[in-house]
Amino acid sequence: MLEVSNLSVSYGRHLALSDVALSVGQGEIVVVLGANGAGKSTFIKALAGLVTPAPGARILLGGQSLERLPAHQIVEAGLALVPEGRHLFSTLTVAENLSLGAFLPRTRAQASDSLERVFAVFPKLRQRLSQIAGTMSGGEQQMVAIGRAMMTDPQLLLLDEPSLGLSPLLTTELFRALPNIAATGTSVLMVEQNSHQSLSISDRGYLLEDGRITGEGAASDLLQSEAVQKAYLGM
Amino acid sequence: MIVRSPVPYILILAISGLLAFMPFFASGFQMAFAIGCLNYAVLATAWGLFSGPTRYVSLASVVFFGIGSYTVAVLGEVLPWPVILLISALIGGGVALIVGLATLRLAGIYFVIFTFGLSEMVRQLVTWYEVNVTRSIGRYIFLDITQPQIFWQLLGLLAVVLIGAVALQRSRLGFALRVIGGDETMARHFGLNPTFAKLGLFTASSAIMALAGAIMAPRWTYIDPAIAFNATLSFQVVIMALLGGMHRIYGPLLGAVLMSFLFEALGSQFPQAFSLLLGLVFIVIVYLLPNGIIGRIEELFALKRAVPQSTREGERT
Repeated sequence: MLEVSNLSVSYGRHLALSDVALSVGQGEIVVVLGANGAGKSTFIKALAGLVTPAPGARILLGGQSLERLPAHQIVEAGLALVPEGRHLFSTLTVAENLSLGAFLPRTRAQASDSLERVFAVFPKLRQRLSQIAGTMSGGEQQMVAIGRAMMTDPQLLLLDEPSLGLSPLLTTELFRALPNIAATGTSVLMVEQNSHQSLSISDRGYLLEDGRITGEGAASDLLQSEAVQKAYLGM
Repeated sequence: MIVRSPVPYILILAISGLLAFMPFFASGFQMAFAIGCLNYAVLATAWGLFSGPTRYVSLASVVFFGIGSYTVAVLGEVLPWPVILLISALIGGGVALIVGLATLRLAGIYFVIFTFGLSEMVRQLVTWYEVNVTRSIGRYIFLDITQPQIFWQLLGLLAVVLIGAVALQRSRLGFALRVIGGDETMARHFGLNPTFAKLGLFTASSAIMALAGAIMAPRWTYIDPAIAFNATLSFQVVIMALLGGMHRIYGPLLGAVLMSFLFEALGSQFPQAFSLLLGLVFIVIVYLLPNGIIGRIEELFALKRAVPQSTREGERT
């Protein structure tokens, strides 16, 4: 469903991402693991249209090529971003934050269906609609940020380090929700440092080092693999 | 999700309807004070209309105010009054559109400096034109427009601006604007066009300021560039909006009324030290009331309401 190939990004002379190739199937959860500075955020930003990839890159979502589209048309095409640090509008209510996800014409028509899907995954949010987003806990804010992206009725949800700044308990709770999202047919692609917890709910994983993909495989294999355990799991 | 009660509209109309009777019993001094107060209220509200949601601090209020006044000085005896008002709004809005296209991509601090420079530039340009082309630096304005007429025009303008501001806040564009002030990258991601929204607001706000300048012009009888483009006005407008609270529609209005009384008191008691005291007031406001009076009141209410929620604090990570 998502096919990425030949994706390179450079900031000036610094090559942040080099020839990345990756694919995500429908309803699949895929994690890209990498340490700080491996190029995870650049990868996410390139997919979301927030940085421009080098010529030759191909990003296909359901057959439509995204690499030249401006950010909001990428959302229209079905790819929604949950940025690192969540970037909620902290002075707006939860309801207003969610409705922002359904701002574009295509998504507005389906806003009430999308909202029900959000509640199905995060039942907690139903009671919190009128709460000011900035007053919620970190885990709840992450739920709102994911909910807001789900309101765009995406084919693919892009998560930039969703566990960042969350306690292990909240991370577990959050990661448990992701398979429920994937079960509705929405694919999930995330970048993470937290490899153990993210691999345990993912279908497949990629390893990103110094801007290159250095390994890939089924999540269960990667969890067992010695290289991954050494590099990421600290065992 | 969004409250659409008609109460704000009814209140605005009712209060301005009541105030409209003021000229029938007020003294000359009271009328002069009320007109000054209304003028500040219009300018500060228009300023807040743009700067509140976008958080761009503009020091160009006097540019548009002065453009309005000069439109009257030039066209006053040539065209009928409503046409002059329309033209002044168009010129003010047109200049804002051009300036906005060039500058609204600038980050906050550069925008502040640019707008301050703009008022100096326009003043110098007008001076240059008057010296070299018309060969007289001042202009006289003799129009048959009475104090009460000025009062009613300003009152009407203020009511229209407030109603427009409430309607805007409830619209999709208003929602978009609140979001842009928060996080432009995410706003763009979800399909909002920040540049277009900012430009539209800047233009509307500037056209209103030009209208205020045009309406006020007949009071002056004589204007020159130093009077019409006096940068102090830009700062006064900012102080007023900050005092009341620039993030709410009624904040600048509240600040304008309070400040008008303060200006009057300072000006009559300590005419020599007026600027000095004004500066002190500015510092005190920024220091003690960073979100204005309305912001302070909201904080107090929020503290009361937030108590039961503080038990959730342990979950925060």
